[in-house]
Amino acid sequence: MKKFLLTLSALMLVFSVVLAGCGQAEDEEDMNDTNGSGDMEEDATEENKGASDISFGMVTDVGGVDDKSFNQSAWEGLNKLEADLGTAEPKYLQSDSDADYIPHLNKMIKDKDLTWGIGFNMADAIIETAERNPDAKLAIIDNEIKDIPNIVSVTFSENEGAYLVGVVAGLTTNTNKIGFVGGVDIPVIKNFELGFLEGVKAVNPEAEVEKNYTGAFDKADLGKNAAATMFDSGVDIIFHAAGGTGNGVFTEAKERKANGQDVWVIGVDKDQSIEFGNEVTLTSMIKKVDEAVYQVSADLVEGKYEGGSHIVLGLKENGVGLPEENPNITDEILAQVEEYKEKIVSGEITVPSAYE
Amino acid sequence: MNKIFAKQSIVVPIVSIFLGLMFGAIVMLAGGYNPITAYNALVSEIFSSRYNIGETIANITPLILTGLAVAFAFRTGLFNIGVEGQLIVGMTAATIVGIEFGYLPWFVHMPLSVIAAALAGGLWGGLAGYLKASRGVNEVITTIMLNFIALYLGNYLIKAFYLEPGTARSYKIEDSASLRTDWMTNLFDGARVDLGLIIALIAVIAFYIILWKTKQGFELRAVGLNHHAAKNAGINVNSNVVKAMFISGMLAGLAGATRSLGLFDAQTIAAAYTGLGFDGIAVALLGGNGAIGIVLAATLFGSLKFGGGGMNYVEGVPNEIINVVIASVIFFVAANGIFKLIIKPFKAKRKQKGAAS
Repeated sequence: MKKFLLTLSALMLVFSVVLAGCGQAEDEEDMNDTNGSGDMEEDATEENKGASDISFGMVTDVGGVDDKSFNQSAWEGLNKLEADLGTAEPKYLQSDSDADYIPHLNKMIKDKDLTWGIGFNMADAIIETAERNPDAKLAIIDNEIKDIPNIVSVTFSENEGAYLVGVVAGLTTNTNKIGFVGGVDIPVIKNFELGFLEGVKAVNPEAEVEKNYTGAFDKADLGKNAAATMFDSGVDIIFHAAGGTGNGVFTEAKERKANGQDVWVIGVDKDQSIEFGNEVTLTSMIKKVDEAVYQVSADLVEGKYEGGSHIVLGLKENGVGLPEENPNITDEILAQVEEYKEKIVSGEITVPSAYE
Repeated sequence: MNKIFAKQSIVVPIVSIFLGLMFGAIVMLAGGYNPITAYNALVSEIFSSRYNIGETIANITPLILTGLAVAFAFRTGLFNIGVEGQLIVGMTAATIVGIEFGYLPWFVHMPLSVIAAALAGGLWGGLAGYLKASRGVNEVITTIMLNFIALYLGNYLIKAFYLEPGTARSYKIEDSASLRTDWMTNLFDGARVDLGLIIALIAVIAFYIILWKTKQGFELRAVGLNHHAAKNAGINVNSNVVKAMFISGMLAGLAGATRSLGLFDAQTIAAAYTGLGFDGIAVALLGGNGAIGIVLAATLFGSLKFGGGGMNYVEGVPNEIINVVIASVIFFVAANGIFKLIIKPFKAKRKQKGAAS
């Protein structure tokens, strides 16, 4: 027994070393510098600081900044800020589990002027940190927090953007079977689903939509499995709203495409055709997390940070929508998408929402 | 001669930790990071402020409990891989009792929630013990399977009955069930240290007393050393197997209670295991399945885990490399038999009693 345990433990440790080694290498070049320059002047306020003294940090949920969608988009927003306005180098901390949110946020607020919590699940941690540190400035994406003077919250009308890609899917499908792969069953993702279903129904009432919530945002293998099951059952277009899990959906679709099967994936958060190629990416439901992060952060640089406010970005605000270039969608379909877009913006169509 | 023995038992782990850190440094150098700044950040992350010390302790607390849970079963010759599941079941029970019964005063409600967690974890572990005793089903298999059931059962119960609308977690537990206390929070400058620490320390003492100071404990250890001999000596092996798994599960359940009643005030719909139960296996092995050893091993493990965040923040070392560094320290400590062989010619021969080393 003893020997067995010893061997097993040794094996497990070797295994964990190997596994850890297999993790994706992250793009770290711009993270090597040890310190922002703003740490020394603790008394300085934003107003009398130059842009290069203002620094930003973000804490992600369990997905990394290389998830090719949600977190990466936020991180790009902060990096763009550095490039455009010359603010201090941004930093991020990735959470290994929900127990990490609060210590990571606390670490960030110590020397950052604004700390972002990226993701719905971080709300409790953001609120607790903000209340404990009334001088710190925080912001959150994807969760509505009102009336806390040092939090800005940003949410998106995902349902409106998802409605439009639903229109695309409904008009493009050949099998009349469409799939939706969600990450965790939370209101944000539900919002994608509701809009998508409604969009499909509006143009193609015959089509069935299969749904699968994988329960995780960082497990590409689950995404791949879900996609395989759907494609096997005759689905030809999958819309994913699952962060890193969705990368598995693309992998599966690519394999099928290589074998001659006619399948498409609709990407999420970013224009995912850039990452995964036009041969499988039908279009993407872009959620401009990067611009939201950029805008709120730039407001801080200009001294216009409005704590306690809640910002909603929908089609009208250009916070969600399709990419500029859609080589895989016919002009007729694009014209219809444009039509529906106008109807939603003008209020003629109200897309059901998962909020409230 | 005795002095040399005592010294060596300290020298070996220190040399092992040092070698582990050296190996980690090589990995970091290979990745293009400065290991000196990184280790500096690691140490300062752990000790630099009361807040950080508090958070380190908050990381150590559940590991002590899961380590004890694994070790308790080990001592009876059982490999309880199900600590993770027992933890989740305990956590769920604590959450449910913590949300209900809000009308009770705190000195009833809080202990009741903790006891509910311990009992639920105990029953979950005892189930595997019962299957082993009555049907001879290998506990490794049953506990692994029960882990999955626990994870999804916990998620289901929270989702179906206690989900706060618009969130992905249960309602907050009532304050009267919370393990957080103002004096401890203030003592550590807002860090999440709570009465879970006291529970863990009591559990350490109870672990020692039960196993080494009672007749029952003697029986359990006898079964663990050689169950045939124990049987011939008139010990009821089967009932001891069930008892060991029950107590092991109780310890795991307590670890669960420290999460939903202390760390979070609520239970999140979990996509994956917490990992604490599996880390508990490493903690128990590192600690040689002894009470003090487990506290030390959990301290090492928890400190590295929390301090690792500092390496990421200051030197920009990615999480993956940090995990390699942590794993190599633990690997070298666990495999310290290698260094004993190297040290042996220089030191007097020494009796080895550690279980894992």
